Amino acid sequence: MAERMTGAEMVIQALADQGVEHIFGYPGGAALPIYDALFQQDDVQHILVRHEQGATHMAEGYARSTGRPGVVLVTSGPGATNAVTGLTDALMDSIPMVCITAQVPTTLIGTDGFQECDTVGITRSCTKYNYLVKRVEDLPRIMHEAFLIATTGRPGPVVVDIPKDIQFALGDYYKPDLETLRHQSYRPQMDGDADAIEAAVDLMLKAERPIFYTGGGVINAGPQASEHLRELAELTGFPVTSTLMGLGAFPASNPQWMGMLGMHGTYEANLAMHDCDVMINIGARFDDRITGRVDAFSPNSRKIHVDIDPSSINKVVRVDVPVIGDCERVLAEMVRVWRSKTNQPRSEAIAPWWKQIDKWRAVNSLGYKNSDTVIKPQYAIERLYEATKKQGKEVFITTEVGQHQMWAAQHFHFDQPNHWMTSGGLGTMGYGLPAAVGVQVAHPDALVIDIAGEASVQMTMQELSTAVQYRLPVKIFILNNERMGMVRQWQDLLHGSRYAHSYSESLPDFVKLAEAYGGKGIRCENPAELDAAIAEMLDYDGPVLFDVIVEKDENCLPMIPSGKPHNEIILPDTANIGDIIDEKGRALV
Amino acid sequence: MNAHLQPTGSAYFITKETQEIERHTLSVLVDNEPGILARVVGLFSARGYNIESLTVSETEHGRRLSRITVVVTATPRTLVQIKLQLERLVPVHKVHDLTSEGASLERELALIKVAGSGDHRAETLRLADAFRAQIVDATVESFVFEVTGKPSKIDSFIALMTPLGLVEVVRTGLAAISRGPQGM
Repeated sequence: MAERMTGAEMVIQALADQGVEHIFGYPGGAALPIYDALFQQDDVQHILVRHEQGATHMAEGYARSTGRPGVVLVTSGPGATNAVTGLTDALMDSIPMVCITAQVPTTLIGTDGFQECDTVGITRSCTKYNYLVKRVEDLPRIMHEAFLIATTGRPGPVVVDIPKDIQFALGDYYKPDLETLRHQSYRPQMDGDADAIEAAVDLMLKAERPIFYTGGGVINAGPQASEHLRELAELTGFPVTSTLMGLGAFPASNPQWMGMLGMHGTYEANLAMHDCDVMINIGARFDDRITGRVDAFSPNSRKIHVDIDPSSINKVVRVDVPVIGDCERVLAEMVRVWRSKTNQPRSEAIAPWWKQIDKWRAVNSLGYKNSDTVIKPQYAIERLYEATKKQGKEVFITTEVGQHQMWAAQHFHFDQPNHWMTSGGLGTMGYGLPAAVGVQVAHPDALVIDIAGEASVQMTMQELSTAVQYRLPVKIFILNNERMGMVRQWQDLLHGSRYAHSYSESLPDFVKLAEAYGGKGIRCENPAELDAAIAEMLDYDGPVLFDVIVEKDENCLPMIPSGKPHNEIILPDTANIGDIIDEKGRALV
Repeated sequence: MNAHLQPTGSAYFITKETQEIERHTLSVLVDNEPGILARVVGLFSARGYNIESLTVSETEHGRRLSRITVVVTATPRTLVQIKLQLERLVPVHKVHDLTSEGASLERELALIKVAGSGDHRAETLRLADAFRAQIVDATVESFVFEVTGKPSKIDSFIALMTPLGLVEVVRTGLAAISRGPQGM
């Protein structure tokens, strides 16, 4: 039944009807009618951010940790342009997000009005889809369609740009009705082709050196997908590795877990990928951080690729058995088909493969030389992991981007999906702090920790103020090496250790900074005091900036360097990484 | 100080392209909505695909559907990607690779202005007749011809007109359709 209301009221009503409880936003001239409508209701709670980029990352953290879309509300012009980084981040990592941007009145569009920008033009290539609403009659349909598109198929961000006069205009509001929504051209394929699944299982049944290579698609397909993956792994007895985005889908505590693969993945995961005879890719996209040199990538394997996005198939690596469909449904089918063919895992047939894997594991590629005078970043994360296990709380980890991110992926272990939030595809420094705020909004009683670097965290530091305002007790665990560590590491590797602008000559006093924001600051530089300091951080009921002074020039290893295949990975005992890449490797771009 | 002498490496890997470049005609059925052309063209530029020709017009007014005919040059592998990437766009209904899906017809229309007098004028008319070009405008010192056909036919006509006083040419770009009873 239609209900008469203004465009601004429709926006809020549509959010409520879509089950949205929280939105992240920042007001401005063109968005005022929507803010006025927001003020007069209680269904949707608004979190006021300090910068629109923060709002988008909060929405990403919220979405990733709940499986529900994150919603952002920003004003026209700079509000919209500031949201672009987060939109692109969400597109790259397939995060469902609806971003409502206000626009100058339709009569002003094209006149270079105050705070006008071509939002749909700017965001066309960084959204899954976007709309400029030109008639209030279209608004209810567009709002509901935006949620449908953001959350179904391969999820992604959708922008709805609403001019101010449309927000004031009166029209008829309709509740979401799947029948009237777009179904002509937008029909994601959910069920995998039965023959393809059969072919995949047949290949798996003959495998002698198999490996599951799983990705963010398993997380996006919902917690059931992770359950099916665990079941399939148990049925088959195959080893499992995962991309950065897929961590948690398979429990790190399971003996079949190989650790993360890729540029900073474990020795065993990367060598198993290189030497396998059957690779089962579930919801990963053969990203360049995973494949290394494509022409030397897993040269002797038959490859199965399950992906909901047909354009991911054969985009980078040619596969033998593509299965287009939702990971949850395809995994359930694989389990069913496997069961219909055998009751036994392939334990005997793959026993030599496991023996080989154990040899690789014995290399202990995540090992590092600890110190009792300076805190090693890996040690800090290990101690943090141990301390959080004892808390008896649900633990969510977000990260910024760089060495600390890779160390967190290597040394913090995840047993559940949706508990690890990181910027994988776009690699956005400054993602972690606001993402942690978003996670904490969705899970007020959980322990939410941003494992950060001192460079990244300063990019969105102001969101600490948001955390304080809404009493969100996020813990910001800064591995402070006074360097942009990953940049410094690459400069060692490729640029003769000429450290062009990769260090900070002026850092804030993070303890005083935390206090200035109204949070708590803790600083620790002595390994012997680390556990007590971590306990102090975890015990504090409020936001904490924890400044861990760590080893300045630690390299993030293992690492597959430029121009090398998986089996030429650099291990931690390598003395000087500057000598590893030859002239030929350097010339590769 | 001699840092510039060293080639720099980076985080990316590029493998040499070994496949041959081919020219294909794609037919793309889309919702006729604002920005659809920008969406399609933006996809091509963002992913580095080459467009040789692009034609777009609404073809089903009732359903507000437009048909885009786009001629692309790419390797067979990239051609598959182009099709899949186009299909990924929300307002795209269907994409057909007419070149690889069997026999198809390709036609183009051109308006060609030729100025001249005397013998040239007579020769111009003789050639226009041979190409079945219609005269759609005539003055004492110029003609505008309308010529339709395969792009190669239009190319040859233009080549012949060049020494005879060719002034300017406008071409529609390719319209293509598959042969036989099947629709898109």
